[in-house]
Amino acid sequence: MLKVSGLCVDYGPVSVLKDLAFSLEPGSFTALLGANGTGKSSLLKGIAGIIPAKGEISISNDLPVMPQQRGSSIAYMPQDTGATSSLTVIEVILLGRLRSLGLQVSQSLQTAASGILTGFGLQTLETRTLDEISGGQRQLVYLAQSLFRNPKILLLDEPTAALDLRHQLIVLDRVVNHCRKNGTIAIAAMHDLSLAAKCADRLICMSQGKIVADGAPDKVLSAPLIRKLYGVEADIVAGHKGVLHITPLKAVETRQASAPPKYRRSEPREEWSGE
Amino acid sequence: MLEIELIMTDISQTIGTYRQLVTRRFHWLASAGIALAAIVIIDILVGPAFLNIFDVLASLVLPETASDPMVYIIVHTIRLPMTMMAITVGASLGIAGVQMQTILGNPLASPYTLGFSAAAGFGAALTILFGLQLPFLPDFTVPVAAFAMAGFACLLVYGFAHIRGVTAEVMILAGIATLFLFQSLQSLIQYLASPEVLQEIVFWLFGSMLKATWFSVSVSGGILLISVLVLAMDSWKLTALRLGDERARSLGINVHRLRLKIFVIVSLLTAGAVAFVGTIGFIGLVAPHIARMLVGEDQRLLMPLSGIMGAVVMVGASIVSKVISPGAVVPIGIVTAVVGVPFLFALILAGKKRHW
Repeated sequence: MLKVSGLCVDYGPVSVLKDLAFSLEPGSFTALLGANGTGKSSLLKGIAGIIPAKGEISISNDLPVMPQQRGSSIAYMPQDTGATSSLTVIEVILLGRLRSLGLQVSQSLQTAASGILTGFGLQTLETRTLDEISGGQRQLVYLAQSLFRNPKILLLDEPTAALDLRHQLIVLDRVVNHCRKNGTIAIAAMHDLSLAAKCADRLICMSQGKIVADGAPDKVLSAPLIRKLYGVEADIVAGHKGVLHITPLKAVETRQASAPPKYRRSEPREEWSGE
Repeated sequence: MLEIELIMTDISQTIGTYRQLVTRRFHWLASAGIALAAIVIIDILVGPAFLNIFDVLASLVLPETASDPMVYIIVHTIRLPMTMMAITVGASLGIAGVQMQTILGNPLASPYTLGFSAAAGFGAALTILFGLQLPFLPDFTVPVAAFAMAGFACLLVYGFAHIRGVTAEVMILAGIATLFLFQSLQSLIQYLASPEVLQEIVFWLFGSMLKATWFSVSVSGGILLISVLVLAMDSWKLTALRLGDERARSLGINVHRLRLKIFVIVSLLTAGAVAFVGTIGFIGLVAPHIARMLVGEDQRLLMPLSGIMGAVVMVGASIVSKVISPGAVVPIGIVTAVVGVPFLFALILAGKKRHW
């Protein structure tokens, strides 16, 4: 169980998240929806303890977990896949279990890392460096690293943004299966509403740093909500097995509400650690 | 069943490939170690007095049975301290350079980027100009002043970063400002100095192994040894830093604390190296790049290889400094780039991959 209560994030004078509260069941996959700048990434970072946030986060029991202690049970995958280096793919995977790495890498850890690479179909890339592979492949590598950590909570910031259609489905299926099998709680910030409706057990919809809708996809998604969230007229049709298909039709008036907040780049500056 | 077998075959091939990669990198490390041992023997052999290689080896391996006492004295009191100092300084600057590039995420960073060497030079120039002397230890006045001033520069950048945020950009900005400040102060002292004092200052700034003693070797070597042990414990965290600050943080690393810790170690390594032999440039920039081309970003191998490559270039420069002008020793700081640049260019031209 993940319980979030009274979560607030401020960037200088700008309040980005305002008193958010929700709880998620083990094995569930939740999609986080909302226009750009509504605080989805800040929510994920706040839960992960990467940026300072007020409020309480509890995992498994009702005791709040301090930001410094969250690294062992929470894996956060940032949105950016642009960071390149000459680290090899297998080294990136191994870094997922940083605390288990010593001057010598154990055989069992190597086997586990190779297993996850094979599971993602990346076994041919293991000694390729990050700057030699595509952005989509890098995203797969980082996702494989997040799963390799075997976390209780998996936080994914736009995990399929750089992937082709086939890999979007494969990756989300893999994440969902991982959650079901291991009781992991996954939250993914997403922009593809149809994909979110297909894969997620629950949708949390955000606007101006607040949760405006929360529930199962077929209960929550509606044309007025999409208009409120994105300023878009959309057509919603129930397809095969009742899966919703959302077709955006046209953008309506410019919405001031979703404009990203202005804040200095260096804020927030303080840093929490998982050590 | 067949699918499981196929996956297991794939996994075993993957492990094999990773093992092969690590083994190949270990071979590079071992080869560099052998190259360093060979070049060290050459450095001890080269000098005004001609020495037989067998006598030198006997004097090094079995000093008590050395047949010629003159060889023993030349090797152990003159040439070996210089060679050991070259190894220590080269390794210190190589390791300081690779860590500076890692924490600042910048391939152009070196121990000189943040102004420690310029500060050490200013400290040395200041004591030479005013003829200051430490009570009881007059011979160590210049190294102590150089070390102290480098420490002060470290505190300056540290304090600035602490107030404004420990990001790579803030540290580079504060470091470059410190560099220019101490370079200007150095120039001011040179402008004020008499011709004789100026000559002494300039000679110190060039960098020379002639100042090496067993004491200076043990101080620099001690700092190097402790730094390597501390850095080795953080080798995977430093490797993770190359994924960027946010990803490193998401892995549970306190990037802020790690960056400050490494910064202090780098400043100590640099100060320990330059305080005794003067400002020696280029090693801290070139050695990490050579090492990275050979073993990639894995700090378990990158850091030691960077140290060894720094020592190889430094000892190579020491040899060149002795043969370039027969009967005289050209200051080593002048020839480090002369030795290092062709080496780096050859590796860049031979390699097919980008390494940063």
